[in-house]
Amino acid sequence: MAGSKVNNGVNVDALLAAREALSKAPEGAKFNWRATCKWVNGTHSRSAVDGFHGLGQEQKHKTEFTFDADHPEVFASEDNGATPVEFVLVGLASCLTAGVASVAQNRGIQLRSVEAKLEGSMDIQGILGIDKEVRNGYDGIRVTFDIDADAPKKDIEALVAQSQKRSAVFDIITNPTNVTVEVRKAASAGGGR
Amino acid sequence: MSRCLTERSIDHVVLERGEVANSWRRERWESLRLLTPNWQSRLPGHGYQGSDPDGFMTMPEVVDFVSRYAGAVDAPVRTRTAVTAVRRTDDGYLVVSEHGDWRCRSIVLASGACNLPSVPPLAAAVPPSIACFTPLDYGNSSRLPEGGVLVVGASATGVQLAQEIHRSGRPVTLAVGEHVRMPRLYRGRDVLWWMDATGVWDERYDQVDDLVRARNVPSPQLVGTPERATLDLNALVGDGVELVGRLAGIRDGKAQFSGSLRNQCALADLKMGRLLDTFDEWASDYGPDVAHGAPERFEPTRVPDSPRLEIDLASGEIRSIVWCTGFRPDYRWLDVPVLDRKGCLRHDGGVVDAPGMYALGLTFLRRRKSSFIHGAEDDARDLSAHLATYLGGAAAQHGS
Repeated sequence: MAGSKVNNGVNVDALLAAREALSKAPEGAKFNWRATCKWVNGTHSRSAVDGFHGLGQEQKHKTEFTFDADHPEVFASEDNGATPVEFVLVGLASCLTAGVASVAQNRGIQLRSVEAKLEGSMDIQGILGIDKEVRNGYDGIRVTFDIDADAPKKDIEALVAQSQKRSAVFDIITNPTNVTVEVRKAASAGGGR
Repeated sequence: MSRCLTERSIDHVVLERGEVANSWRRERWESLRLLTPNWQSRLPGHGYQGSDPDGFMTMPEVVDFVSRYAGAVDAPVRTRTAVTAVRRTDDGYLVVSEHGDWRCRSIVLASGACNLPSVPPLAAAVPPSIACFTPLDYGNSSRLPEGGVLVVGASATGVQLAQEIHRSGRPVTLAVGEHVRMPRLYRGRDVLWWMDATGVWDERYDQVDDLVRARNVPSPQLVGTPERATLDLNALVGDGVELVGRLAGIRDGKAQFSGSLRNQCALADLKMGRLLDTFDEWASDYGPDVAHGAPERFEPTRVPDSPRLEIDLASGEIRSIVWCTGFRPDYRWLDVPVLDRKGCLRHDGGVVDAPGMYALGLTFLRRRKSSFIHGAEDDARDLSAHLATYLGGAAAQHGS
């Protein structure tokens, strides 16, 4: 197919050039992604994403992005934002979708529309501590992609399969990841305690 | 390579640490048969002479085949001569062996790609009560304790051992990561006949998009049996083997399996479909006689709805683990700076990054068939030509 006429908006040439360059200079490939979070009230917190480290230096997003997270009213809360576990679904969805677009661009497949629906099932007896045999997190996540593209079904399935293979969030969710949490006592803002 | 060098009247010696065909004598499990059918398992001028061309040689048969070849070409082999070091000298190499040193202007590394098992570092966290094996020390299922076995890795070795062990009465759980699925027979012919006929086997290393990826493709899930049976994950599930995802970690005595099993199986099913498409397209150019039967596609891999994500290794359910997680070459004796940062040989189609040094028998060395017995011929011919030119040039420089 006319690969040069396919435009999904992904700069594949730049990605391939980066891949080539980083394979020769792997230190530049070490990235650190960051987020900060401030408690607001109750289960409401506000997180911010601003800078990250990569290609050997500090980098900044064009603008700071902020995210309110909260619990819903059925959890006796105020619903000031999506729940943390819904953020995880958003993370997975957006990572896989970006991957579908990138792989499609690389393979010369023109996408017309891509929509993903995600559902994570969770028995809240886990987080409520009612039943210790129930885990806190999702016991399964299902993703359904509806894709309109100029390609046979098996090629579209291959796009989605390849996207999972190279997805950071898919890896984070499906494989163990070390999480280290340390605590420091912050100074009181008002002083005099 | 020896035969090629003899034909070019290049003086050489073949150093073998054990006996001829050592790997097949000592470093393979007892029931192993070649994956390539007998008619395909040929060396230059030395094809299969037996009565079962579509069958698969056993290890003793391979030992016999290779030994007779060594005799037929009168290869100058020094057996029981392990090489302990190779170093550069002013005009070539010093080869230190158990029976004295050799000096040479050129050297061919034909020690293979499978000297050592590749066992992942997380194996260190396996509780000591569980017996661990690799394909190099497995031998046969009776060496394993009774009870459950975790087989890690579902490529050729993993599926073969999983079936054999499960059928010995030891329930197998198979941890499945990336794998290559193939039917043994397709439209009445062996799948490796198709690889040969369509030219897939002959694909060159300088023609593939991503050579690093191509060189790391796992060995296909095939077995050589008189029944020419297909040995894929569905066959194993049919036997009662339990599938889980890739072994991703061991924490607090619990083995953790990846939640990506469904995708790994989808990738393998799709890849097999593309391979069969290639076969069908080729066959349609050659008329109806080339295949015995119409195109067919196989049932997708039957993945459990909710594969287990964890097994408690202290529960007694698993009594042994077999690490079918691949092999790597042993270059500890190679005292020449020709390894990259991952410990792999730096070479261009077998021409190693050191003067007069060559390699044979590595995966996709020059062609997709390079690591198979019949792949040696073309590679040896190409590299011996390069070697002869190198020696000619070296001779001119040294005025000999």
